[in-house]
Amino acid sequence: MKPLLNGFDKAFENRTRLAIMSVLMVNNSIDFNTLKEMLDVTDGNLASHITALEKTGYVSVRKGFIGKKTNTTYTATQEGQKAFRNHIDSLENFIKNID
Amino acid sequence: MSNKENQLNDLKEIRQLMDRSSRFLSLSGISGVAAGVCGIAAAVFTHFYLSKEGLRNTFESYAFIDIELEKRVITNLLLIGAVTLLLALASATFFTLRKANKVKQKIWDNTTKRLFINMLLPLGAGGIFCLALLHHQEYGLIAPATLVFYGFALLNASKYTFDDIRYLGITEIVLGLIAMFNVGYGLEFWAVGFGLMHIVYGGVMWYKYDRKG
Repeated sequence: MKPLLNGFDKAFENRTRLAIMSVLMVNNSIDFNTLKEMLDVTDGNLASHITALEKTGYVSVRKGFIGKKTNTTYTATQEGQKAFRNHIDSLENFIKNID
Repeated sequence: MSNKENQLNDLKEIRQLMDRSSRFLSLSGISGVAAGVCGIAAAVFTHFYLSKEGLRNTFESYAFIDIELEKRVITNLLLIGAVTLLLALASATFFTLRKANKVKQKIWDNTTKRLFINMLLPLGAGGIFCLALLHHQEYGLIAPATLVFYGFALLNASKYTFDDIRYLGITEIVLGLIAMFNVGYGLEFWAVGFGLMHIVYGGVMWYKYDRKG
């Protein structure tokens, strides 16, 4: 089992994190609320997973304002995009090799 | 659930999320059919109107001799065009809103904005181009030009919605280009491009995406 999982990225082990990355891959930047609605998760849940991705350097955060409201947007870093592609590739390889 | 199924599900979910967050998927097939029906109705109406003015076979290939008649006909044609556009947009919006409600996608989000901007840029340029043709009294080229630019607009916007729109765009461009060389049949090409093609593609999209929903 182990050697097959070579390319799997620990940062994406969690489903929500993988989902966050999927959305960021196809959107230049996206704000917190849109992301929340899309993934159907709670504020706290999303915040903690984004922080985790930020720590690994896969996601960059930009804080701005719309009027007086804070508007935080997220972008996938180049490193994050590369990691995501690797992860998907190994997922595919894993599935191919299993049968 | 086996590990393989797990991973397959992950991949499927990723794919769905990527699609849902970057493409406008509420576009309803019925919208296309409705717009097409408006297009054909307008073409038929225009045909009878032009016949009534005694212009049907000469219009577009010859310049007008009577300035009064020219003014009246052009004004009325613009009016027909504007009403058709409004009706087509209204019915398309209605069916798309209905579908957005059903699939629970917000109607005004990033995907819609991108779709509109990418559609409006070529469409706006085309509109101004057609106004220039009108200004220079090149009436025969207006119908083909609207088809070509509409095709470009669809082609450009197709990245942000269903792939079928891409092929509709290419079809409109090809039709428009053929029409360019067949001045005098603008109305017929227009009826096929804006009417028939919308109905065909709308029907296909309805069959592919909406039927089950």
